[in-house]
Amino acid sequence: MKPAPFDYRRPGSLTEAVAALAGDPGAKVLAGGQSLVPLLSMRLAAPSMLVDINGLPGLDTIEAGPEGVRIGALARHADVLASPDVRRVQPLVTMALAHVAHATIRNRGTTVGSLVHADAAAEMPVVLTLLGGSLEVERPSGRRTIAAGDLYLGPMECSLHHDEIAVSAHFPALAPGAGVAFDEIARRHGDYALVGAAALVDGERVRVGYLSVADVPTVVDLSGVPDERLGDAALEHLEPGDDIHATADYRAQLVRVLTGRVVRSAREGVQP
Amino acid sequence: MSEERHDVVLTVNGTAHPVSVPARRLLSDALRHDLGLTGTHVGCEHGVCGACTVLLDGRPVRSCLLLAVSAQDGEITTVEGLTNADGTLGPVQQAFLECHGLQCGFCTPGFLTTITSGLRDNPTPTHEEARDMIAGNLCRCTGYQNIVKAVERASELASGGGRGGRAATVARPGEPGLESGQLEFEDRDDDNASTGLGG
Repeated sequence: MKPAPFDYRRPGSLTEAVAALAGDPGAKVLAGGQSLVPLLSMRLAAPSMLVDINGLPGLDTIEAGPEGVRIGALARHADVLASPDVRRVQPLVTMALAHVAHATIRNRGTTVGSLVHADAAAEMPVVLTLLGGSLEVERPSGRRTIAAGDLYLGPMECSLHHDEIAVSAHFPALAPGAGVAFDEIARRHGDYALVGAAALVDGERVRVGYLSVADVPTVVDLSGVPDERLGDAALEHLEPGDDIHATADYRAQLVRVLTGRVVRSAREGVQP
Repeated sequence: MSEERHDVVLTVNGTAHPVSVPARRLLSDALRHDLGLTGTHVGCEHGVCGACTVLLDGRPVRSCLLLAVSAQDGEITTVEGLTNADGTLGPVQQAFLECHGLQCGFCTPGFLTTITSGLRDNPTPTHEEARDMIAGNLCRCTGYQNIVKAVERASELASGGGRGGRAATVARPGEPGLESGQLEFEDRDDDNASTGLGG
């Protein structure tokens, strides 16, 4: 199928872009389009207007410093994945990005776009939530920052208002002595994961974030849980579901396997 | 009420093409219907199969996941742009020919563009890297073995490996003496023009 008709704006400034969004409640932002365009073609989405931000200057930045990694709204997954600075400052971003779709999709798709698309089966929302990152958004009255914990409301739903544009995401740096790991199981490499897990281990503190086993990215605190009970303890907070790809029981089993795997791997990755 | 059209210039294979398209025109459709470049094939039309892959500023992208109006700033390369300047087959096309890397040919344009870029980033892939390079493209005929061989053969050809490599043994049954480069394709029913292997 083909997309339904929509109006199209390609603003030259962020102010213009926000004004265009504010002027049409049915408008959506187009960045990489790797999730949005298929939704349009399948007519699962039919916005009245697309505001194409690909022409906006200064949004394709990737900055890594002592505080963490800041990724601009037009930075493509592939460029973030290839950045040695990002890998050094927060390796979990790099680890997870390697699992985002296929290389061809990563060439166009944007990391910030994936964050605001808010798919509970996507990798980056879980990473942002686990690390306690934030999103910087532009709106008609200025800027505001949304903490990751306040971002995800439901399946494909985040707390951005319709006249707001995400301009960058901040992923805090890996603390000295902490370790991270990411793993997922998919039916084919590059497909949506049946289950994915990201671990952050800092001393006695153990936290694991999950994708594809709840409506929103879900982080579970597993501090103090004996290793052999990690997966079962996590399952008390998760709701693995049945679908055409896997049964709920199989997903639960994957949670047990992946939880042990990522926690172990995060511990091994801690720099002495 | 007629739909608003947008005047954009698409730069494809080095040539600037002014087109007037509705905003919802996918780049894949603009290439095929507005520019007549039917080498780019449309399979699943939601980013899964890889048949419509083109290069945007040298990097593979799904043309079915791009709006034509949004692709106006980049340099697009389609399968038609992969032949050498003198009209002979580029190294990846030549390797597909030698290794029998295609059967029906529908998916081939997406493989050719993807591998062309992949070998630019990694000119000497390992077997595993060659497999990984094509992981985002589906082929329902070949079983992929000969496509992986073609990646490795293209790597040899691009580095000046010339003819007579291990893949040159892929000749037609009954024609053992035929040099790989002399295979004639006129009598085959592959859609040569649309795979970029014709002409």
